[in-house]
Amino acid sequence: MNKPLRRIAIFCGLLVLALLIRDNWLQYVRADELNSHKYNRRVQIERYAHERGDIIVDGKSVTGSVETTDSDFKFKRVWKNGPLWAPVTGYSSQAFDSSQLENLEDGILTGNDDQLFFDRTLSMFTGDKKTGGNIVTTLNGAAQKAAFKGLGGKKGAVVALDPQSGAILALASTPSYDPSVFAGNSLKDSDARQKLLKDKDKPMLNRALRETYPPGSTFKVVTAAAALENGLYDSIDEKTKSPLPWTLPQSTQPLTNEGNIPCENASLREALRWSCNTVFGKMSDDLGNDKMIEQTDKFGFNKEVFTPVRADASIYPKDNRPQNAMAGIGQASNRTTPLQMAMVASAIANDGKLMQPYMVAERQAPNLDVIYTHKKEQLSQPLSGENAQKVQQMMETVVKNGTGTNARINGVTVGGKTGTAQHGLNNSEKPYAWFISYAKTDNGSPVAVAVVVEDGQANRDDISGGGLAAPIARDVMKAVIDSK
Amino acid sequence: MSVVTNTTTIGAIDAPSRRNTELMMVVFAVFISVFAYANVGLALNGELPSGMLGYGIGLALLGGVAHLVVRKFAPYADPLLLPLATVLNGLGLALIWRLDQSPRFQALDTFVPAASKQLLFSAVGVALLVVVLVALKDHRILQRYTYISMVVALFLLILPMFFPAVNGAKIWIKIPGVGTIQPGEFAKIIITIFFAGYLMVKRDALALASRRFMGLYLPRGRDLGPILMVWAFSILILVFETDLGSSLLFFGMFVVMLYVATERTSWIVFGLLMSGAGAVGVASFEPHVQDRVTAWLDPFAGWGKEDASEQMAKSLMAFGSGGTLGTGLGQGNSDLIGFAANSDFILATVGEELGLAGMMAFLLIYGLIVERGVRTALAARDPFGKLLAIGLSGSFAIQVFVVAGGVMGLIPLTGMTMPFVAAGGSSVIANWALIGILIRISDTARRPAPAPAPSPDAEMTQVVRP
Repeated sequence: MNKPLRRIAIFCGLLVLALLIRDNWLQYVRADELNSHKYNRRVQIERYAHERGDIIVDGKSVTGSVETTDSDFKFKRVWKNGPLWAPVTGYSSQAFDSSQLENLEDGILTGNDDQLFFDRTLSMFTGDKKTGGNIVTTLNGAAQKAAFKGLGGKKGAVVALDPQSGAILALASTPSYDPSVFAGNSLKDSDARQKLLKDKDKPMLNRALRETYPPGSTFKVVTAAAALENGLYDSIDEKTKSPLPWTLPQSTQPLTNEGNIPCENASLREALRWSCNTVFGKMSDDLGNDKMIEQTDKFGFNKEVFTPVRADASIYPKDNRPQNAMAGIGQASNRTTPLQMAMVASAIANDGKLMQPYMVAERQAPNLDVIYTHKKEQLSQPLSGENAQKVQQMMETVVKNGTGTNARINGVTVGGKTGTAQHGLNNSEKPYAWFISYAKTDNGSPVAVAVVVEDGQANRDDISGGGLAAPIARDVMKAVIDSK
Repeated sequence: MSVVTNTTTIGAIDAPSRRNTELMMVVFAVFISVFAYANVGLALNGELPSGMLGYGIGLALLGGVAHLVVRKFAPYADPLLLPLATVLNGLGLALIWRLDQSPRFQALDTFVPAASKQLLFSAVGVALLVVVLVALKDHRILQRYTYISMVVALFLLILPMFFPAVNGAKIWIKIPGVGTIQPGEFAKIIITIFFAGYLMVKRDALALASRRFMGLYLPRGRDLGPILMVWAFSILILVFETDLGSSLLFFGMFVVMLYVATERTSWIVFGLLMSGAGAVGVASFEPHVQDRVTAWLDPFAGWGKEDASEQMAKSLMAFGSGGTLGTGLGQGNSDLIGFAANSDFILATVGEELGLAGMMAFLLIYGLIVERGVRTALAARDPFGKLLAIGLSGSFAIQVFVVAGGVMGLIPLTGMTMPFVAAGGSSVIANWALIGILIRISDTARRPAPAPAPSPDAEMTQVVRP
């Protein structure tokens, strides 16, 4: 019987060999794939197993981590003054993933990023507790607070940029939300999130980056820049060829102005000061659709902007002549994000140079070593320095004795442009109040800002932009200047 | 008196008994297990666990008592079987204790710590091993109980039919005050005794008195009939109890023993054909089996349904996250698998926390037990002993393959326990008894042949006196 016994021995050996091979296949070859599988809860557990790094504004963290006991996840994200910073940080929830900076900088914040490999290895030997790195933002706390205070209970958004570097100084969106309420993994967190998602005011929508509005009269600055760049007019004080009334091309529809304002053959400066629809509508038509698109492209329209948080693309579309003329005064199918209009203002304030907007100044390793510093980067040159200064003069007139007087700051040169964008079918809905502006000191411009308030109440163009949005812009600019 | 004669190939000098080797290795096995405890405690709480001494002493006592009994009652037994079983049992205890510490399990309403119970069951198992070694002076005595074994085994297999199904399988019986028992684990050993006894008697008839049919030798019905009936009956019971793993085990064991008894390869061919037909047949009408096959083919497809497929997927992820070296005892998340993590899926914890290295060590320990069993069968001098030893070690091998292959996704999951390691009283008790019988056979096999009786003829021709 020994011969079959020996064969059985070999058979048993083969069974064990099969198991060994399978084990190697599973634990060596497929290990990485299984370990990072989307259903593998260990990924989430690991993400929250250590204290997450912080997001820092003005040298102080606006986030934190607390230890929890109610689930697998040891640490929970908390925000100090969540609603104020949510438009910047996004959320990081144990149950509902993360967004914005919390999502994009997850590798640094969790400490798992490859850039931190050396730190991780080192702390493995020294036995240090694993923690995440920090993200230092460009935000200015005072400006952010001023923006929120100004917006108050109204729906709207504020973006403030440093025109010389592109640093984002304020990024506000109201109504806001507190990401802390659904940072955990409980039923309570789920309910809180559902409530936010169902809220008709959409508090989780980042209006500063992800909502596009008709820009209204603030867009006249872009049209003016296009006119100067294309040599349509040389001087801002020469009379334009603008009849009143002016009929839209290929149409019998007259373009009207808000009120009885001196727009016939008005100079560029006067036209912007009074916000003449007829002058800028005709100017856009004179330039034509292609030239307008070319100019808006230079300002950063028609593509998404990454700050690194993605902002929706602002649009200036291909269109027919009457629509293109209307787009020149910001009342057609062109739409912009508040960030985009802040970029327009900042390019003009920075003598024509548009800087890449950014909000991450530094990334720090857990031991606070700086592993990344942002280098400022020029995105484009939408207009020449000379023409930029001409537009500046026009905008400064608007604030000095035009529609934007509410933005005046004592002892500081301020340029701005108001806007009231009508929207809805037959303008049935409340118009949006806009204001874009910049402040200028001896060292150039430290701040440019765009404000949009969704529920502009007044009927008259410009006055509401000046009345509602301009004071907010003024407070934000003042906060930036005062903190210098 | 030591006499060397040339009348036998085996010398009558005292063969080395290897008992001291066994003792050293049992001590080693206990130490490894205690270190595993310390490791879990340090990883989870940063201190040595308070129960470590208790478990250590308990395990040392079990190993020590078993060793002393072997030393006294089976001095020539294979020195590896006992230490290998001890290390598996000890590591199993540490793993079960580790899963007891899981906050996820402790949060469940149904949570009962399993480690202390497992230690108790191990003690009962070792006691049974002691009983086997003390009461069973010679394994050939078991031949007398061939047909009684058949009746007992069938009785044990039928019994769970009268009890409600647990998790889809009717393999448990509930005795008030004692708990639940899986009679199948014991039936496995007892039916091996029947097969061995019957095949030993009938093997010549089965091998020789056969007719040739399509190139294969078919035995006469009166030789094969009874055993075929018993075997078919047990398979049928198991199929009705939806205990798939055991059906496969009984079938494989039967084919192996028949092949060894008759030395005819045709049995292997028959076995493969029949198992193929059986598998297709069962799979075509049994939804339980179909689910298992679907889960095996694509474990991640059924995610979110909280069925066997999800358990399978979780098991694979546990293995994957263990990687080459594992997370370290106490530092994995294998408890995510859920309620069966400390029984059917305990190897997933090994895979995750001890990694590929630890898992291979476990598989090799199992492989070593099997090969020592086969070695015992080879060394046994009587056909009954050979058949019994190969039956027991073959079933052990198949069980290890079916369970480990199941949780690693090599074959469809069937739900049996990993011998010695998985939490479960019946399994650990029955497997200690199995090791006891193997030790008994190996003792008989390795015992030096008695000195031949003096030959009267030699006596007569030897002395020439003047």
